[in-house]
Amino acid sequence: MQHNDSDLAVRCTVNGAETCVPAGITIAGLLEQMRLRPEIVAVEVNARLVPRATWSARAVQANERIEIVTLVGGG
Amino acid sequence: MMDHEADTPLVVGDTVLRSRLLVGTGKYKDLEETRRALEISGSDCVTVAVRRVNLDASKGPSLLDAIDRTKYQILPNTAGCFDASSAVRTAELARDVLGTKLVKLEVLGDEKTLLPDPIGTLEATKELVSQGFDVMVYCSDDPRLGVRLQELGAKSVMPAGSPIGSGQGVLNHNALRILLELVSVPVIVDAGVGTASDVAIAMELGAHGVLLNTAIAGAREPLRMAAAMRDACRAGRNAYLAGRIEKKLYAHASSPMAGRIAGAQL
Repeated sequence: MQHNDSDLAVRCTVNGAETCVPAGITIAGLLEQMRLRPEIVAVEVNARLVPRATWSARAVQANERIEIVTLVGGG
Repeated sequence: MMDHEADTPLVVGDTVLRSRLLVGTGKYKDLEETRRALEISGSDCVTVAVRRVNLDASKGPSLLDAIDRTKYQILPNTAGCFDASSAVRTAELARDVLGTKLVKLEVLGDEKTLLPDPIGTLEATKELVSQGFDVMVYCSDDPRLGVRLQELGAKSVMPAGSPIGSGQGVLNHNALRILLELVSVPVIVDAGVGTASDVAIAMELGAHGVLLNTAIAGAREPLRMAAAMRDACRAGRNAYLAGRIEKKLYAHASSPMAGRIAGAQL
């Protein structure tokens, strides 16, 4: 996840942790890079849902707060 | 099933359920125990929670791998939300994963009591209904609140029998009975179940279903308790449909008084 070339990276938070991602990376690309199974996750950016149909068109912007969730055991 | 045990399915919005027992998937030892407990319970509707995904490199199997979606309706909850807006966000995320509109709304008041916050619950119900969700609403057992939730479009009202995970059973039978008279959507007792008789009592009072989690997962033998809950739900439902006798103050003999030899003149 860490990229040293600051010109080519944007800083954002993913699930509360600050991180740098390649400039221009999409949500779909981010999930792929993090090796997450797309069928079991959902994504919101700055507290708004990013519908899965739009993942490949939605680029991550600087300082965005990204949440990637899944379904776990619960009652 | 025999004719004398015939029952109608439990219908919540567009969802048709064969079993009136809904079970949670939390607190099990592992996914295999979860899978077996669900199977034994006979339930066809299981709840799940929405949480941050594990970003570690070593990702285990997902709960979703252990739940056969052709056998179970998955009911995502908004557990852990203490305000309407985070509950709505959580429901939207769940819908995006599952592609289904069913949600169990929980808007809680505080972490100590985990009691539902009635005002936040009303607000979130309104918003989710407007977004097209089939909302099953976890709430207190206040009958008038149930009416207001139904008016807002809730597809099921889910009163707590007692606080979540407390194992105290259904504390206020009268509130549940009044709620059942006042609303027409299914009433599913959610939370507070400790043991099988709690499920049976809820069903005998006329609840349309019971949702529980900790009572199975936390039992010494979860799989045996899953069987007990399955049987209690059926027993209570059948007793309700059969129509119990009235409670009376004095004895009424089961055997005829006529023809006795006792008391006959010697």
